[in-house]
Amino acid sequence: MSDAPEVKPPVVTPVRVVIALCLFAPFVAMLWVGSYAKTDPTLIGIPFFYWYQMAWVLISTALTATAYKLWQRDQRARAASKGGAQA
Amino acid sequence: MKDGVNGVALAVFIFFFLAVTVMGFLAARWRKAENEHSLDEWGLGGRSFGTWVTWFLLGGDLYTAYTFVAVPAAIYAAGAAGFFAVPYTILIYPLIFTFLPRLWSVSHKHGYVTTSDFVRGRFGSKGLSLAVALTGILATMPYIALQLVGIQAVLDVMGVGGGENTHWFIKDLPLLIAFGVLAAYTYSSGLRAPALIAFVKDTLIYLVIAVAIIYIPIKLGGFDEIFAKAGDAFAQTNPATDKPRGAVVPPEAGHWTYATLALGSALALFMYPHSITATLSSKSREVIRRNTTILPLYSLMLGLLALLGFMAIAAGINVSNGQLAIPQLFEDMFPDWFAGVAFAAIGIGALVPAAIMSIAAANLFTRNIYKDFLKPDATAEQETKVSKLVSLLVKVGALAFVLTMDKTVAINFQLLGGIWILQTFPALVGGLFTRWFHRWALLAGWAVGMVYGTVAAYGVASPTQKHFGGSNAEIPGLGEIGYIGLTAFVLNVIVTVVLTFVLKAAKAPEGIDETKPEDYTADAGDKGVSVVLPKVGAGH
Repeated sequence: MSDAPEVKPPVVTPVRVVIALCLFAPFVAMLWVGSYAKTDPTLIGIPFFYWYQMAWVLISTALTATAYKLWQRDQRARAASKGGAQA
Repeated sequence: MKDGVNGVALAVFIFFFLAVTVMGFLAARWRKAENEHSLDEWGLGGRSFGTWVTWFLLGGDLYTAYTFVAVPAAIYAAGAAGFFAVPYTILIYPLIFTFLPRLWSVSHKHGYVTTSDFVRGRFGSKGLSLAVALTGILATMPYIALQLVGIQAVLDVMGVGGGENTHWFIKDLPLLIAFGVLAAYTYSSGLRAPALIAFVKDTLIYLVIAVAIIYIPIKLGGFDEIFAKAGDAFAQTNPATDKPRGAVVPPEAGHWTYATLALGSALALFMYPHSITATLSSKSREVIRRNTTILPLYSLMLGLLALLGFMAIAAGINVSNGQLAIPQLFEDMFPDWFAGVAFAAIGIGALVPAAIMSIAAANLFTRNIYKDFLKPDATAEQETKVSKLVSLLVKVGALAFVLTMDKTVAINFQLLGGIWILQTFPALVGGLFTRWFHRWALLAGWAVGMVYGTVAAYGVASPTQKHFGGSNAEIPGLGEIGYIGLTAFVLNVIVTVVLTFVLKAAKAPEGIDETKPEDYTADAGDKGVSVVLPKVGAGH
């Protein structure tokens, strides 16, 4: 689940590792059901199981948005270094 | 169920229905292009939609009326297990972030309208492309049928569905009218109609959920009370299975099922033709990536909606058909006029995806069966004509399905459809990143996945059904219960990889790849990427 390189060299950079982690984290969190299949602590009466997963909607949104911003910056930097040939 | 027709709710429902009907027909003029007789125009809205239109369109498309009825219904029936829809929709977005922009780029560069177009171009294989197209059409048909089931549930609760003794024609007349109208404006306006109607649909849905999630818990004494009552209800033994009816938190044994259902469904969603149609109608690559960051708003709504299932239990709603639980909850809790708004939200929520799905299935037929196999020299105008007609046929087929067969048949097929559509993942997503897979290996993997999935699903019994009783079965070799679709997918990938090695060693012909690496990263405005619509409104 890593983001595929769209421009060739160099393929793996620290920024891209961060992007990949941002995109991968929700999979770990959501597929590890044992980590959140419990009732307590409740939030306004809603068991942990439910509010935790709904909280992850927001967390994963923030992570995807971060990945998007980093990706944009990465692409722009690459385009600039190639003389602005690509948008 | 209250006796008789709920007049006020019905009046409000009809008002909104008429409003969207007018919008549906007017949509044909919305951002009209010069060349209206092309499939790009009718079937992809001129590939012109910006971030917000795409957001509404995808949201309207993916979060269907059936979802709104079925997710809380699943919670109402069994508790926690039904909540997998939330992690499922969380995982979709990081997933499509990685591959959807590539599909958009290559499709724009080569004028692909469907995923099968891409598969044929990438692997030079009409056979593989046909397999993908047929799977898509097969999986979409029952999905459209289920949208009708959603409308039916609303009509039933409003009291216009008629009793068991009513003549079938009278009973189904409202549904026939709704569908006739839907078919007519889809035919005339194409993808623009659902895109415009999606605004109304989602505004209503968000409004209803916001009100429901605050108003109903206050009436029921707070979430503590709701979950306490639900816990009691789930603890009771189901006489049919001798096990508790459900659980508020999934037991250890259910973890694998929960996770595999979430993952498998997330992988499958963007294999559905209607998701791709909405994606390709966007005007740039950026629109798609940006949408992956704003679409999760719908997931939040879905989570809140799912909680309504618990409220239905706490409110003492007792329906034999779980599908009616939520409409009934609205009817019991809300004043009549607002119940009407809620019903309109569900009803219109069925029209938008039904329209997009029928367009997507029609595009698949036209491009990958009609043009590839029946009439290779078809002009753009003929293509559009065929697509329009097929969109009608598809809807009539779905209607016949719902009216003549038991509802469970549609649900069974929908369940199978999810398993089937997932089997096109290796060809599509694999193909977007690498040409390493051999086309024949992909075809063989697909066939193995389809057969395994169907056979395994056939073998699942439930208290009420002998076959197709659910979508989970024991994962061979693991001993855990998991989603059949995901197991089939893993088998599919193994077969594909092994056979690719074999076929490469045997030097089997690879087929011609008409795409180039840079096609996958091209964006609107780049050299050679046609800006299809010459007259696109600039600011939106």
